[in-house]
Amino acid sequence: MSRPELVAPPEIYYGDTEAKKYTKNTRNQQIQADMTYRALELLSLPPDEPAFLLDIGCGSGLSGEILDEEGYMWAGVDVAPSMLEVALEREVEGDLFLQDIGQGFGFRPGSFDGAISISVLQWLLNAETSHATSSPPHRLTRFFTTLHSALKNPSRAVFQFYPSSDDQITLISTIAQRAGFTGGLVIDYPNSNKAKKVFLCLMVGGGGHVPKGLDGDGDAAEDSTTARFERRRERERARSRGGKRKSIKDRDWILKKKELYRKRGKESVPNDSKFTGRRRKAIF
Amino acid sequence: MVRLMTHNLLACHAKGCTTNNFPLALKDVQIELRESDFNPDFLKGFLPKLDWPALVLAARQLGDETLPLQQPEMLDDEFLKNLHHVLLEIHIEEGSMTCPNCAHVYPISNGIPNMLLAEHEIG
Ligand SMILES: C[S@@+](CC[C@H](N)C(=O)[O-])C[C@H]1O[C@@H](n2cnc3c(N)ncnc32)[C@H](O)[C@@H]1O
Repeated sequence: MSRPELVAPPEIYYGDTEAKKYTKNTRNQQIQADMTYRALELLSLPPDEPAFLLDIGCGSGLSGEILDEEGYMWAGVDVAPSMLEVALEREVEGDLFLQDIGQGFGFRPGSFDGAISISVLQWLLNAETSHATSSPPHRLTRFFTTLHSALKNPSRAVFQFYPSSDDQITLISTIAQRAGFTGGLVIDYPNSNKAKKVFLCLMVGGGGHVPKGLDGDGDAAEDSTTARFERRRERERARSRGGKRKSIKDRDWILKKKELYRKRGKESVPNDSKFTGRRRKAIF
Repeated sequence: MVRLMTHNLLACHAKGCTTNNFPLALKDVQIELRESDFNPDFLKGFLPKLDWPALVLAARQLGDETLPLQQPEMLDDEFLKNLHHVLLEIHIEEGSMTCPNCAHVYPISNGIPNMLLAEHEIG
């Protein structure tokens, strides 16, 4: 198995070219989507209630698109500008932040109803400089402590990740526990080299037991997860009639609103120009 | 694409900055308005998370005066529609957010706040 996290720091590895390649690859899209659905299942949010979620290491928004479809509101953080740029191009609906999760979060207590993180945690296990704040234990501690406080009580955070040793799993679990989380590992298809997936299922506020992993080789069992979410998606579609929201880059609409804002005495309303209401290119 | 929904949840996370570190002051902002689906249940669920004075302050700074200074007890449709607009339809595209305590500046470019800290600012 290739280990991109050993090749270069994430914001370098996921540069423009790799970010596009990663996002366009249909096989990758499918894998990330399956893991996102499974993570959502493990989050076990109360059904039919709106929720505000954090997508940790959201990348180009492959999971975010699913969160949108499922009707969740979300915010995403990632350290790679090129990945975020692709997310912008794909017009995901979540609020995006350029952030190194190893530096911790500033979100106020109880901000999120849950968190997911797909294929990210292994990136925190490599030291990038010799500075004390860049040692993996330091970064993991900062990450888990600030995440714990940003989550509502009770709630969960589910991480799919690729550990490369039992020591790594122990390190991560110990630090998460010290930060106040309970929970543990969920391993799907443990006996299949190909389908095996590791999820760390963390809970705030105790209660609830760690769900069981799935058995078999991953071929048949998938249907049940997808089926369940299929139903939720149907409901959401019905709710929003006509599917996706209107994007109102509509020029007339913008001009009308700008006029309104000027009337209200706002000073920084941009001047109207031939560019008003045009799609902007993402630049960092 | 940072909206007041998330701005209202964001405090400064620089080293040692633990008091008076909220709300981050918006400066030189450019906004874009984008319509989104009205979901009263989401808004009602989100209300307890909000710091109301900070929200009203930020909204007024962006030119929206529709929210009352005191959070109303009655959640009628008109109030919820205004709240919806303020939280979800005003997108801050450019500008910056400054910590009232340590004065760290988080720049916003292309709708994305840069939350990265320099080595000496990491907790
Ligand atoms: C394999 S990609 C997964 C992206 C997305 N979760 C998905 O499922 O498509 C790993 C992502 O983790 C991000 N990442 C790695 N280290 C990070 C860090 N310290 N802080 C924030 N994001 C990080 C990378 O930039 C990259 O976008």
